[in-house]
Amino acid sequence: MKQLLTLQINNETYEFWASIHKTLLEVLREDLRLTGTKHGCELGECGACTVLINGEPILSCLILPVEVQGKEIMTIEGLAQPDKQGSDCKAHPLQTAFAKEGASQCGYCSPGMLMTAKALLDKNSNPDRKEIREALSGNLCRCTGYAKIVEAVEQAAEQVRELTATL
Amino acid sequence: MLYFRNLFMWNLHSEKLTLTDISMLRLPPFEYYSPESIPEAVALKARFGNDAMYAAGGTDLYPNMKRRQYTPQYLIGLHELKELNSIDFDNGMTIGSGIPLNEVANHPEIQKLYPALANAASLVSAPQLRNVGTIGGNLCLDTRCTYYNQTYPWRKALGFCLKKDGDICWVARSSPVCLAVSSSDCAPVAVALNAEYRLAGRNGQKIIAAENFYLNDGIDYLNKTHDELLVSIYIPSHEGWLMSYNKMRRRDSIDFPVLSVATALSLDKAGVCTSARIVLGAVASCPQRALEAEKILTGEKLSAEIIETSAQTAAKLAKPMDNTDMTLGFRKKMVSGFVKDAINDALE
Repeated sequence: MKQLLTLQINNETYEFWASIHKTLLEVLREDLRLTGTKHGCELGECGACTVLINGEPILSCLILPVEVQGKEIMTIEGLAQPDKQGSDCKAHPLQTAFAKEGASQCGYCSPGMLMTAKALLDKNSNPDRKEIREALSGNLCRCTGYAKIVEAVEQAAEQVRELTATL
Repeated sequence: MLYFRNLFMWNLHSEKLTLTDISMLRLPPFEYYSPESIPEAVALKARFGNDAMYAAGGTDLYPNMKRRQYTPQYLIGLHELKELNSIDFDNGMTIGSGIPLNEVANHPEIQKLYPALANAASLVSAPQLRNVGTIGGNLCLDTRCTYYNQTYPWRKALGFCLKKDGDICWVARSSPVCLAVSSSDCAPVAVALNAEYRLAGRNGQKIIAAENFYLNDGIDYLNKTHDELLVSIYIPSHEGWLMSYNKMRRRDSIDFPVLSVATALSLDKAGVCTSARIVLGAVASCPQRALEAEKILTGEKLSAEIIETSAQTAAKLAKPMDNTDMTLGFRKKMVSGFVKDAINDALE
């Protein structure tokens, strides 16, 4: 059975027909071709599919689009924001820090890590190491051993603080 | 390789086959309803019977549907039901079953009044899941087993088990009942805090004590009819009580408990224990109240020896089976030390 869905994703409105039993992850990747969000275990055990719903990290593999209609969805595609001058997108401090620190190796967990870390930094731009590890405790990474990821989040937090201080 | 071939065969028999079909675990098709009131939800469930299931957060239900443990034709979504989303601190606490676990974990009043419950909620799975998974869902969590929580091809390859589609218990082949494990973090705490559950069904509402809500049967693990919906949880005031919840698992996140202990203790001014409740989780198909161990503490000053005796008595109750993470012997051996730690944590 298909249903007309209206979703707010990355500040854009998408209206489309999709099967009611498709998860948000499937709809994002297959119907809307927003393939930045990755599918990992699909059972809620790895965090690869994390997106933000009203600023909170949630697992898109375990939620139905019909349940998040009218809410603000943010995927990894929406993380880089256009700069003030105009059309060019500027990487989020987290993205820059992940690249600089080598926090991505195979990169499969990175979209989920970045979205979860963004939710943390939006709430707390000065998290200690414990808070970062707690926030990222639902995201598995099989390459890095997490050290670089935690360091990258710390570095990004510093940058976010500097940016907000100059505003 | 065998895994993929099974997956391939499975899809071949169901619908048309595409590459994305075999590379993803998908939900089986269903119709979705979003009732706007509890009577409407209950009426829908009564109408569709066992073909329908309630879906609150869905964090336990959807993985089970993806693995074909459940294939409901109708889903009754509960997210529109405002009645399930209230918390009231009048004479104890009444909490709606639809409150997300993270809200339970981070609510300042719950942290103050029922720290064991806030702690239990904070230890469920991972932050992303707790933002969606609800307290009611965790209290009604499906029982778990190594032989059950597997994909359809995995279960088919081995032969289906008693709990779903088969007639044999792979944990204990002669067992007439299913031995799947109660893996809820909040349920042992609810039992320890004498919680009462309000259920709404087609015949109106009723209240049942948490202790009587859970049954020691891996299949029929909840004492409720199919149409009954857990609406709210009432926890009586525990002012002055000491409580704790301790959870054992392999990793500090994501994993379900392989052993858990909830305690609630009341001490008088002289330090004599006037009332004690100790509940073990993940050692049977329902939370297990350690009545004998409680009796040992009651009426005594809680010295190290008394706590030790009580913990060893509680441990006798635990008869874990070889159907969760970690070995059977280790899990059994850990119980007495774990109960001791839980009592000491409550006293701290």
